[in-house]
Amino acid sequence: MSEASMNMASEVARKPLILGNKTYKDISDDICEPVEAAPGKRWLALLLSAKGLFLFYLIHIAIVVSTGMGLLGVNSPIAWGTMIITFVFWIGIGHAGTLISAILFLFRQKWRTSVARSAEAMTVFAVMTAGIFPLIHTGRPWLDFWLLPYPNQRGPLWVNFRSPLLWDVFAVSTYATVSSVFWYVGLVPDFATLRDRAKTKIRRLIYGALSMGWRGSARDWAHYEMVYLILAGLSTPLVLSVHTIVSFDFAVSQLPGWHTTIFPPYFVAGAIFSGFGMVVTLLTLVRIGFPKFKDYITIDHMEVMNKIIMATGLMVGYAYGSEFFIAWYSGNPYEQYAFINRAFGPYAWSYWIMVTCNVIIPQLFWVKKFRRSIPVMFVVSIFVNIGMWFERFVITVTSLHRDFLPSSWGMYEWSWFDTAILSGSFGMFLTIFMLYLKFVPAISIAEVKPVLYVGRQRPGGH
Amino acid sequence: MAKLGGVAGIWLDDHACVEAAAKVRAAGFKKFDAITPFPVHGMEEAVGIKRSWIPYVTFAAGTLGLASGVALQYWTSAVSWPINVGGKPFFSGPAFAPVMFELTILFAALFSVGALFAACRLPKVDPPVIDPDLTSHKFAIFIPENDVGYNAERCEQLLKSLGAVETKRISAY
Repeated sequence: MSEASMNMASEVARKPLILGNKTYKDISDDICEPVEAAPGKRWLALLLSAKGLFLFYLIHIAIVVSTGMGLLGVNSPIAWGTMIITFVFWIGIGHAGTLISAILFLFRQKWRTSVARSAEAMTVFAVMTAGIFPLIHTGRPWLDFWLLPYPNQRGPLWVNFRSPLLWDVFAVSTYATVSSVFWYVGLVPDFATLRDRAKTKIRRLIYGALSMGWRGSARDWAHYEMVYLILAGLSTPLVLSVHTIVSFDFAVSQLPGWHTTIFPPYFVAGAIFSGFGMVVTLLTLVRIGFPKFKDYITIDHMEVMNKIIMATGLMVGYAYGSEFFIAWYSGNPYEQYAFINRAFGPYAWSYWIMVTCNVIIPQLFWVKKFRRSIPVMFVVSIFVNIGMWFERFVITVTSLHRDFLPSSWGMYEWSWFDTAILSGSFGMFLTIFMLYLKFVPAISIAEVKPVLYVGRQRPGGH
Repeated sequence: MAKLGGVAGIWLDDHACVEAAAKVRAAGFKKFDAITPFPVHGMEEAVGIKRSWIPYVTFAAGTLGLASGVALQYWTSAVSWPINVGGKPFFSGPAFAPVMFELTILFAALFSVGALFAACRLPKVDPPVIDPDLTSHKFAIFIPENDVGYNAERCEQLLKSLGAVETKRISAY
């Protein structure tokens, strides 16, 4: 940091981002410790439970794929069920990671460095988890390569580029690729740190290969920082486009309750809201599991994220209100019925769970004490996750179950397989996340070091 | 980066290393390099590194991605097998925008990272290690033997006088 900005920092008495008077060596030691130490019992227990749930998930996917989609509650009026709801849920979770790693980077938010790595890992794993659902939802997943425009012997018959579902194929696969690459580029210098600290040959070999021989010369860093900036700049419109296109899956149809222009911003705000909920859930647990990380992921970091949860929660609440207003103002009886049915029809319970979890409960964060309390933020973040799953349930199911013709109305036949697939997807996500915590530095070493002296006097008076 | 020897000085403080780099440059050296565990603010100016050329690659790749998005959709939907979907034109511009956009981003991102690997000559197999702590908490300046006015003893003296805690003769960089 330059002299001028140091002076400015002391004038506004900035709080340190990293606690505990660390040195550069302490940072490397602290962050590499979980990767280098033998796995603890608690970590192993969590990994095995997550893996158990993952196996349970795989078995139920196998049964659904071999028997058919009819095992889920989908039926004639409600052709989109748990698969699509949970797909949108997990894709949304991923958005907070990109917001932290890319958008906050462009806004020069220095606090992001402590949480960016884990948030972005969450993005990559959430998109992996999400990607499975539409593939199975097709009913015949072994033919999923038909989604791609490849030269074939059926004409060649091409995919329909006018369909939002195909836009989704491109949006989600681009998002998965670019976020994985962005995450990996961020990891390269840290893998080099692990390589140079390695005590055994095999460790040196594996982390050496992962670091691709990174050395950290000034010329390399100049290119590296430029590419990091470019990737942040590319990911920012990309992440906004992904949930916009997911919302097009609904908004481009003409179903009452779906066919609205508010969907893209409403979906993006909801995605960031739910993603921050998941980041807070995971990071409270990471702080408990690795007590040394409390100096890096401080209460101040958690508080900032809780503020974002509250802000995006209010945006989502505004969208709920706006939808009702426009339904009334449009004068369209079908649209009006769709919303009255949402709030007071047979699925009113799910609507009010959504409103309670997403709009009412986050209001707790107006109180500073609650924003800075780990137990409170953990519970609120779980409610946010539940609420955001129900938001997608409400959007998908309530609009489909009663459309224009009362003769074609119906109800979603929730089955054991819906429960198994929904809960099992957490097994997949958590298994990957637990492995990540053990094998990859969970805080970006090379990004945390430059912000070490924020709000702190440098030794030697610089 | 062929096998090149030279002299390296090691610092424990990033600011001191940047100041030293600026003075090494002022002493007339041109090809020297700094090795740091993280991007040190001001090091590019101190070493005299030009702005990275990678943004030009990004722009070209993004344009290529956009063009492929247009070409793919135009050729499949309007040339190879035109299908009338709801009376829309075969080349439905607005409906084709999302895929054009995604391919622009995809190409730009992948080519930029590819350019980064090319620029840094990655992957490197077993790069020579000057000091294993250079990826953790030490900072180095390396003057290669082919630099202008190189002389091992004088370089060592220069680096020491600039505050290096240690100097090393390196046989391969």
